[in-house]
Amino acid sequence: MAKRTTEIVVGLFILAGGAALLFLALQVSGLTFKPAGDTYKVYAYFNDAGGLAPRGRVSMAGVTVGRIRDVSLDQETFQAKVVIDIEARVDSIPADSSAIIRTSGLLGEQYIDISPGADMESLSDGDTFYETQSALNLERMISNFASGQAAD
Amino acid sequence: MRDRCDHPGWRRGRSLVADMSDRSYISLDNVVFTRGQRRIFDGVTLSIPRGRITAIMGPSGTGKTTLLRLIGGQLKPDSGSIRVDGNDVPGLGRKALYTLRERMGMLFQSGALFTDLSVFENVAFPLRVHTPLPDDMIRDIVLMKLEAVGLRGARDLMPAELSGGMTRRVALARTIALDPELIMYDEPFAGQDPIAMGVLVKLIRELNTTMGLTSVLVSHDVPESLSIAHYACIIADGRIIGEGTPDELRNHPSERVQQFLHGQPDGPVPFHYPAPDPDSDWGGLAPEEVPGG
Amino acid sequence: MANGLMDRIAGLGRGGLETLASLGRASIFLWGALVGVPKPGVGLRLLLAQIYAIGVLSLAIVVVSGLFIGMVLALQGYTILSDFGSESAIGQMIALTLLRELGPVVTALLFAGRAGSALTAEIGLMKTTEQLSSMEMMGVDPLRRVIAPRLLAGFISMPVLALIFSVVGIWGGMLVGVEWLGVFEGSYWGNMQASVTFSKDVINGIIKSLVFGFVCTWIAVYQGYDCVPTSAGISSATTKTVVYSSLAVLGLDFVLTAVMFGSF
Repeated sequence: MAKRTTEIVVGLFILAGGAALLFLALQVSGLTFKPAGDTYKVYAYFNDAGGLAPRGRVSMAGVTVGRIRDVSLDQETFQAKVVIDIEARVDSIPADSSAIIRTSGLLGEQYIDISPGADMESLSDGDTFYETQSALNLERMISNFASGQAAD
Repeated sequence: MRDRCDHPGWRRGRSLVADMSDRSYISLDNVVFTRGQRRIFDGVTLSIPRGRITAIMGPSGTGKTTLLRLIGGQLKPDSGSIRVDGNDVPGLGRKALYTLRERMGMLFQSGALFTDLSVFENVAFPLRVHTPLPDDMIRDIVLMKLEAVGLRGARDLMPAELSGGMTRRVALARTIALDPELIMYDEPFAGQDPIAMGVLVKLIRELNTTMGLTSVLVSHDVPESLSIAHYACIIADGRIIGEGTPDELRNHPSERVQQFLHGQPDGPVPFHYPAPDPDSDWGGLAPEEVPGG
Repeated sequence: MANGLMDRIAGLGRGGLETLASLGRASIFLWGALVGVPKPGVGLRLLLAQIYAIGVLSLAIVVVSGLFIGMVLALQGYTILSDFGSESAIGQMIALTLLRELGPVVTALLFAGRAGSALTAEIGLMKTTEQLSSMEMMGVDPLRRVIAPRLLAGFISMPVLALIFSVVGIWGGMLVGVEWLGVFEGSYWGNMQASVTFSKDVINGIIKSLVFGFVCTWIAVYQGYDCVPTSAGISSATTKTVVYSSLAVLGLDFVLTAVMFGSF
């Protein structure tokens, strides 16, 4: 009898551990189990990637439309090459749109904001953003301002 | 599983055929054992006859328990050989050693019952581990063994609820659960009241005659040990100072043997622990140097 | 003068050798406990009993501590972050602190105090009362029968406890931050989800607690098994378990953090 109780309690204990793990996965790290293939890949080159990191947010007009997959250095142009996964349902982003690195709040995370262009054609898998705007570097701006050089 | 056909006559017969000259079940040859800096045994040679009760006596702290642990293979000697039923114990591999131990039983001074198991489960423990017997059969065997030590009614008690004598009897029942060929008793009489002692003496003797097993008894209780032993030896200072049948020992010429047997406070073993000269010690000044003992 | 120095050097050497020998004994001991797994049926029963004793019975202290640590983190985080006007980041701060550091480390320290000391005392007492010896003489290897299930139970229980600790802490942080201090609930979870990476933060936390569980239980059972079989021996072994486990956890945490989160 006591043996049986022990078994059940231990079972509950392990189950609680599993539930905790699930909670951490879904609620805390925001992991979702979406089937693969409902995103498409586009590239963006920045002179300064700032604090962009994988899994960072990509949004249009404040609505999240994708995530950053990878940030790496392009060895030929010495620019930051950012791989972006855009949700497949957002399939009409004009091809001449620009990718801008912005900061949420004063000290928040950096994310990519897509500013739509006017082209009739849309971006599709493997395309590259024609125009990008690098991260706003507060320090550089201040030092430029202090030394009297106007920002170009 | 090993052959459970341990009829004593059968075993004795077989081993007589195998080795006509050797009637000893355990033989120690020139065993040397040191622990740290201290030499516990300095060349002990001893043979323990099969099917008999052998008492190993000696003052406290002479390593009698250590001797049992050497026989059981829990300790390894520095040199010398230890054979149990022809097996070289220190040289056995792990598996062979554990198989050999299934044929041995050891009754520890404290009883060493598993405090988290009931009396019944304690006795059932070796059966459950070493045999594939079904529960009802284990129950029968356990009750039989408990009956043999007179504690069938105490099966549901926990070890903490037992008196010292009962603890040792339960431990004895557990030791004989697997019908061993050899039982080693570590100080079975220490700290027992006269009745419990009488019960244990009776049990040890009965078990030896009814089950035909070899018994080794380590004790410093001289009268009880000599009353049941067929053969006895006395260990002191790392060697055997006297051995023989109880009668031979009683008439042993050695002064040390006589001092031990009769419990005289002073003799070859001095009453005083080695100490500096009394005159210098009571002078009020601490001695510069303590003379080595 | 020179003599005293030599003595000291010799003492240092002896101490070093003794430490090495003790490490060696502990490793041989570990090997002995791990190579042999008891019969599946019996082993599982022993394991369950130990998970109960080690894990389930530690649950209360872990839950209570987790709750309070989460609440304190929220209070402290709020006062600091509100200076920068970013109090909405407390969710992220609490979750990362708990998952990466406090969850595994504090759980391990509690575990060493609650379960580790109990393990040492139990095994030490079994040794003192010759239960281990008598088991050996019955042809049952105490390393496999007594030690192995406890080791495995500690290894399994620790990550479960650490996960529960983190979850309770995050919930406690929400209680204070959202319900009491008025941080917007959406940004509490939202900031958290944006910054916590499952494969990095959660998994690394679990790896840490697996390592801690293993080390703490190893120290505890070894100290019990190796103790001097007297009451003073058991008490000193119990103290050693708590001290060594705590030091090992804190030291290993630094190493693991450097390996996992450091940028090399």
